Amino acid sequence: MSSPTTIAVAMSGGVDSSTVAAMLRADGHNIIGLTMQLWNQRRLAGHEGMPESVQGRCCSIDDVYDARRVAEHIGIPYYVVNQEERFERDVVRPFVEEYLSGRTPIPCSLCNNHLKFDQLLIVAQQIGAEQVATGHYARVTYDDGRGRWLLHRPADLSKDQTYFLFGLTQEQLSRTIFPLGNMTKPEVRDLARQHGLALAAKPDSQEICFVPGGDYKRFLDAYLAEQGGALPDTAGDLVTTSGEVLGEHSGIHNFTVGQRKGLGVATGSPLYVIQINGAEKQVVVGGEENLYSSTLRTRRVNLIAVDDLSDPMRVVVKIRHRHEPALATIEQADADEILVTFDQPQRAITPGQAAVFYDGGVVVGGGWIV
Amino acid sequence: MQRVYLDNNATTPVLPEVLDAMRPYFGERFGNASSIHQHGQETRAAVEHARESVAALLSCRAAEVVFTSGGTESDNLAIAGLTTAGDHIITSSIEHHAVLHACKHLEETGCDVTYLPVDGCGLVDPEDVRRALRPNTKLISIMLANNETGVLQPVEQVGKIAAEADVFFHTDAVQAAGKIPIDVARIRCDALSISGHKIHAPQGVGALYVRKSTRIQPLFYGGRHERSRRAGTENVPGIVGLGKAAELAMRGSDRSEDQKMSALRDRLEQGILAQADESGVNGEGAPRIPNTSSIYFDSIDGEPMVISLDLKGLAVSTGAACSSGALEPSHVLLAMGLRPDRARASVRFSLGKQNNDKDVDFALALVPETVARLRKLSPVYKKEALSS
Repeated sequence: MSSPTTIAVAMSGGVDSSTVAAMLRADGHNIIGLTMQLWNQRRLAGHEGMPESVQGRCCSIDDVYDARRVAEHIGIPYYVVNQEERFERDVVRPFVEEYLSGRTPIPCSLCNNHLKFDQLLIVAQQIGAEQVATGHYARVTYDDGRGRWLLHRPADLSKDQTYFLFGLTQEQLSRTIFPLGNMTKPEVRDLARQHGLALAAKPDSQEICFVPGGDYKRFLDAYLAEQGGALPDTAGDLVTTSGEVLGEHSGIHNFTVGQRKGLGVATGSPLYVIQINGAEKQVVVGGEENLYSSTLRTRRVNLIAVDDLSDPMRVVVKIRHRHEPALATIEQADADEILVTFDQPQRAITPGQAAVFYDGGVVVGGGWIV
Repeated sequence: MQRVYLDNNATTPVLPEVLDAMRPYFGERFGNASSIHQHGQETRAAVEHARESVAALLSCRAAEVVFTSGGTESDNLAIAGLTTAGDHIITSSIEHHAVLHACKHLEETGCDVTYLPVDGCGLVDPEDVRRALRPNTKLISIMLANNETGVLQPVEQVGKIAAEADVFFHTDAVQAAGKIPIDVARIRCDALSISGHKIHAPQGVGALYVRKSTRIQPLFYGGRHERSRRAGTENVPGIVGLGKAAELAMRGSDRSEDQKMSALRDRLEQGILAQADESGVNGEGAPRIPNTSSIYFDSIDGEPMVISLDLKGLAVSTGAACSSGALEPSHVLLAMGLRPDRARASVRFSLGKQNNDKDVDFALALVPETVARLRKLSPVYKKEALSS
């Protein structure tokens, strides 16, 4: 080990980031634990339809308590930094607006792009830390040949979080370390036990952190009510792919592409949401065969492994977190638009989600599906 | 690592004399002050002796002192205890949350509350108080000294207005007690809150002055402790500590200690301002308690500033901490009309009796350097000037 580095560890109070802090501390680095206060769970508690008591995981007092206990146990300074305003501006509002426009957002990617690897890196630099470490399952290397920082899928593919990290810039990657990239989750839990961390068996968090119980519809209602507005009326027609009106739907934010349940119409064959037309408030439904498409377009693209796409490139593409990557060709279609053409049609390509491009285990880049 | 503590408005260390005075009451002198036997009589005497010391600090009678668990309870007891549903309360927008949130709660239970603004120096205008009076106004609660800026409010003028209008007047003197002389008769208040741990007594003890023959509803019910104004067996060690701390504070009542503190604070303040441009004192121009200095450093954020200083051994604060420990923009500075970025760029330095010249030297060596480092990283420092 060369001279100790000062590293800020983003601590959520979970097993992964706690283990990262303990590992790096044991390696002899100067570690500063940081937790971002992103959302006040009590804010919407008790609003119409929201639970009275606070059950969400995000920034709960319990998680901060856990992170603080770990910091105390391993003997590092620890601070909570308030990023509530930015989180609301850059994550919560876009999340709400996307749903109201008929898209299905991924707040975790927005949070990574705007908070964890932006604001947190800034705070880290301000308090004298050269690098930031997180508990994400991913790997970063520097490629001399290309002169670029590369983002790789982790050793434990079942925990792969690179899908949410496609927005990282070269500057961000150069200052970020993912110490869990070569470990499996059971190994991480073992290590947590070896370091005497009381939370070694704490369950993983799954849901969107600021939406208690995962019920985003109730969250939208409560958030808009708190903002002094009501949920705008996004009700409209339920139409078939050929334009036939089948009835009315309750609001486009209640639907996502590929959804089958809750359409409110009974027909002989199963119907799926094929498309959501935000401008006309139309929900287009059809048979399963209509769900498949061979192309998609992405905007707000970030490329990691290459400078630009001067020539079409063969890659595999993930169109949602749990999607089996599919072979495709990507090419620059417009200044900020990449066209993805799959070898085989893909089911339920969903606007608002990200398409992330891989070259083997390396993240080439990604963009938002339009 | 050398550590210097300049956050005495948050809490103060218990002074050795205070700890010595308290020590017997954790062990050999353990009696319940309500018991008739010798054990009880011994602690009763200690409690009453402490009451006299606190009364001397506030220039009131011993019987007018109610011991509580701290400043928050004292504020709540005064505000809830002197009002009922349907009453109107006048307070200010720069009060401590113990007052503001108590008032918010009473709004939910049927009281009307007026939150008065302050001027750019952080001062309440007594004429605003007069204008806010209504036929059903029952209570005025205006703090003596603000916890963030140290600005002293015109409580004597407010007290006069309250007396003329026959309205109760409560003042939160948590940050003023022990730092400036307090005389409840001059303030003409009916209730006044103090806290032990802000004057070098332990956390968990405080007192409320309640003017003789003022009827106050208790917050909780039980035995007839504290003349039925505060049920619950007395926190004897804490009360003894508060009494001792009050005595020690009185020692400086010839103003020599205040002046020493004031000189130390001024050296710190002037030293920082001389070395860091685009900075200034919040509340400058208004009378202030001698230990507090709230300074803004434009183009930086107070949060990384406080963390950076702590990592180097200097404890200061900014804003108010929420339950997770994250910092929130100060409602006091915002109420004074500071731009939100300037409110976020503010840091509070507050001295205690234990601080000395060396502590100020330490801060003067560290603060300007940290400000300069953060400004080098700031996307806005001196950038506007260049681009315009």
